[in-house]
Amino acid sequence: MSPLWMVRRIGFYVLITMVLAFFAVPMLWLASAPFDSKPGLGLRWPDWTLRNVTATFDHPFTLSSLVNSLILCSVATVVTTVLAALAAYALSRVRMPGRDLLLYLLLLLSSVVTGTAAMVPIFVMMLQLGLINSQFGTALVIAGGMLPAAIFILKDFMDAVPRSYEESARVFGASPRQVLSHVVLPVARPGVATIFVWAFVNAWGNFLLPFLLLRDVGQQPAAVLLRTLYDEGGSANLRVIPVFSLLYSIPVVVLYLFVSKRYGFRFHGGIKS
Amino acid sequence: MDSAGLGVRRGLAFVAPALVLIGIFLVFPALWTLYIGITNYQLTGPAAANPQVVGLENVLNAVRDPLFTNSVWLTALFVLFSAVIGQNALGFGLAWLLRPANRWLRRTIEGLVLLSWILPGTVVAFLWFAVLSRDTGTLGVLLGSPETSWLVEYPMTSLIIFNVWRGTAFSMLLYTSALAAVPPSQLETARLVGASGWQTVRDVVFPHIRGHVLTNTLLISLWTANDFTPFLLTSGGPNHRSEVLPVLIYRQALEGGELGYASAMSLLLLVGNLVIALVYLRLLRRRA
Repeated sequence: MSPLWMVRRIGFYVLITMVLAFFAVPMLWLASAPFDSKPGLGLRWPDWTLRNVTATFDHPFTLSSLVNSLILCSVATVVTTVLAALAAYALSRVRMPGRDLLLYLLLLLSSVVTGTAAMVPIFVMMLQLGLINSQFGTALVIAGGMLPAAIFILKDFMDAVPRSYEESARVFGASPRQVLSHVVLPVARPGVATIFVWAFVNAWGNFLLPFLLLRDVGQQPAAVLLRTLYDEGGSANLRVIPVFSLLYSIPVVVLYLFVSKRYGFRFHGGIKS
Repeated sequence: MDSAGLGVRRGLAFVAPALVLIGIFLVFPALWTLYIGITNYQLTGPAAANPQVVGLENVLNAVRDPLFTNSVWLTALFVLFSAVIGQNALGFGLAWLLRPANRWLRRTIEGLVLLSWILPGTVVAFLWFAVLSRDTGTLGVLLGSPETSWLVEYPMTSLIIFNVWRGTAFSMLLYTSALAAVPPSQLETARLVGASGWQTVRDVVFPHIRGHVLTNTLLISLWTANDFTPFLLTSGGPNHRSEVLPVLIYRQALEGGELGYASAMSLLLLVGNLVIALVYLRLLRRRA
């Protein structure tokens, strides 16, 4: 073991420790502040208490906003997954006129037209349609924004599934409906599950669109309520914010653990060089 | 080709619902930006009920507006330092350095990096308030200057560091899967001839992953340029010093009520996105 080797080893671990600290330190707040008797915007060893939890559950809008998040997110996720799966399957298997142009446009749309760039017309459109404060309308807007990317990823995935399964099922006399439900769906399940999780995490965290379109606090999801807790009445409601942040983060963390255990958090194809 | 026997008619019926939704909520708003952008449409007042077409006035005003040029400049800085340099370099660095690391270390770091990516934006904003705020903020305590309010005194630097933290996961994932495609025999040869780490990356690894670098840089640049999270951290302040384009558009449209003017700015953002995407697709096609 030469001295140079030692120096490099030490350098490596110093670097890794710094990276680890950079990513971990901000997150510690989520573990300490919810259970601290005097929660603040800073990190310290908590003076343990559960009073913040009671205060959070007593707040009139915390639980209802989590329910709102669940409704908004479920509608957006289910619509995105079902419509994207249908479209991606047809685009992968059926030779229809204008298919390549359509795919090119979808790729362009998914990267160019973003919620931020289109927020003004979306707001004006929903205002004129009288859909401000409509959870269903907001969910559809979120789904519309996610669809092009979802179709694109799923189509790549379907392209990788061999056609021979479907062909042999047809040779044995299965109808298109039977082929889809008994052959295609089971084979495509990992891809569909990926899109489902991706859409759920995206919709769950989406702040801009509900912030823009749901102005009534009774309709707002957790993302928006958390912001309201920060600046309503001029000061942050620090008794409720930490516990609520934690509750609101749990579904995403659970999904993440599920995915990394089941599939591993990796890109499987999809991104081409 | 049509292995399930759907036929073109049913195929179109499968695609149609998705296209309808995309048409209403994505294509139509994008095109409508063109129209609202040439009117004096406002949220309230006389111009709300009866907007007048003012032509290119909005666009010309925007280009001359110091708030807009300031915002474009800040957005460019934000994209360049946090995405093109920060996320790219840290993402690649992690993917490269963690290859030989043991499973446990690798899992821990990847897990933390991914968590910072998937936690909801509003929660993440509070995590960073706790790092950057004055008096009790973690950074001030660590550096022994608790009186510094980092988000007020260094708003843009704070946003850039925040965004590196927030977005590195994507680059790390992409480069990890790209590096898996580099033939191990070539890495082994580089090691045997005594190439340094940097030489190996430059001469052996980079030619293999050039396409990935391009894809990654395009995507993270577009996402960063259109990211609304800066609003949650600084709301554009203090005194417009961190007012990136998405924040400026929001404040003009919803706080100022200038829907027409904000649309013209959105239009310029859309055109910017489009130019970046087209250049990228062009480069990609030339390589293919």
